[in-house]
Amino acid sequence: MTLSYYPGCTLKTKAKNLEDSAIAAMEALGMELVELPRWNCCGTVYSFAGDEELHQLAPVRNLIRVKETGSDKVATLCSFCYNTLKRADLLVRNNPDKMHTLNTFMEEEIDYEGDVDVVHLLEVLRDDVGWDAIAEKVQKPLEGLKVAPYYGCTLLRPEDIAIDDVERPTIMHDLLKTIGCNVVDFPYATECCGSYQIISNPDFVSQRAWDILSSAVRRKADAIVLTCPLCDANLGQTQKEFIEKRSDFTGIPILYFTQLLALALGLDPEVCRFELNYVDPRPLLESKGLLRQ
Amino acid sequence: MRTEISTETLYSDFVKKVEEISEQKLLSCYQCGKCSAGCPMCFAMDLLPNQIIRLAQLGQEDDIARANTIWICASCITCSVRCPRGVDLARVMEALRLIEARKNVDHVEIPDIPKETIAELPQLAMVGGFRKLTA
Repeated sequence: MTLSYYPGCTLKTKAKNLEDSAIAAMEALGMELVELPRWNCCGTVYSFAGDEELHQLAPVRNLIRVKETGSDKVATLCSFCYNTLKRADLLVRNNPDKMHTLNTFMEEEIDYEGDVDVVHLLEVLRDDVGWDAIAEKVQKPLEGLKVAPYYGCTLLRPEDIAIDDVERPTIMHDLLKTIGCNVVDFPYATECCGSYQIISNPDFVSQRAWDILSSAVRRKADAIVLTCPLCDANLGQTQKEFIEKRSDFTGIPILYFTQLLALALGLDPEVCRFELNYVDPRPLLESKGLLRQ
Repeated sequence: MRTEISTETLYSDFVKKVEEISEQKLLSCYQCGKCSAGCPMCFAMDLLPNQIIRLAQLGQEDDIARANTIWICASCITCSVRCPRGVDLARVMEALRLIEARKNVDHVEIPDIPKETIAELPQLAMVGGFRKLTA
């Protein structure tokens, strides 16, 4: 089975660990992620402006690229890409006049008609593969690993594009339980990490990161598991400062859900590209006996 | 400081513009404060999100422009999903940012971002930030 896949900018650089582990894990589950032959920036942050459509061009163009491959469904790995593509699709579906404006502007392209379904890989795992099928393929249950799932914002808000319950999501909990992890709930699971404010107000983001990280540590989590490359950076690169300044904090690895999935499916840990994680998770995984083939 | 609230401020072009860009009815807000209660960035804001929408209702453009609030908002949309009146406050915040940004003023000094930060951050942090905080 194949599925069209939209990577986005960060998956090709900083979050190569997310991309490589996802492709390998999906292959092990019998699904090939086929990258779109052409794609452009998703727009990164969804534009809320009601009086102009300019910023919807980038995401809609990507949906046209999906149509060109003959597919009516595209999967994303990055939470931001999911949000912008999904919301742009919903906007034009609900506003035929805006869809017409965009199509007229892009007259060299085939028309977009709201005919591509945008999904996040977590949804594919839940709805197309299924927890039971994943459980059957687990070679190495991640027993003894206590993980706190962190959802962030863009997979859950606003409500009309949420992949799960807005306030109490369980989709990542369910996946992590399926692969044998000990899942820890923590109150910051759906709270914002500070997002793009890292470029203009890094101190405030640092404060957000500390609140989130320290809460997970208090809940005795060994690691935080997430989907978003920006959350990963905000929760990961801030830790250097905390480790230096706070004697009671020794760091907590941040992992992509796909890295743990790949490990549980018995794949070579090399596909997880752990060297790209901001906080090296290998000592932790080694101590739990999870890196041995 | 003198604050003028009159029919001119209540029905000002500013109020119309905010409602047009955000596609929200400002007067739907009844000031319960739920948005501010759940805002993850409000610890850093001069004025709370509910105070911003109150000022917007009253056409107090200058008070809003003086506060850092709209530039601290991270567009996490928590306020919007929790509003009991169905006001999409994240869109109101964006409208207020756009009114300022369309005056061609940036709210992040790109040359001041340390090189190490640029090297360490994912592209989406940069592109996302520039999209929300620059003209």
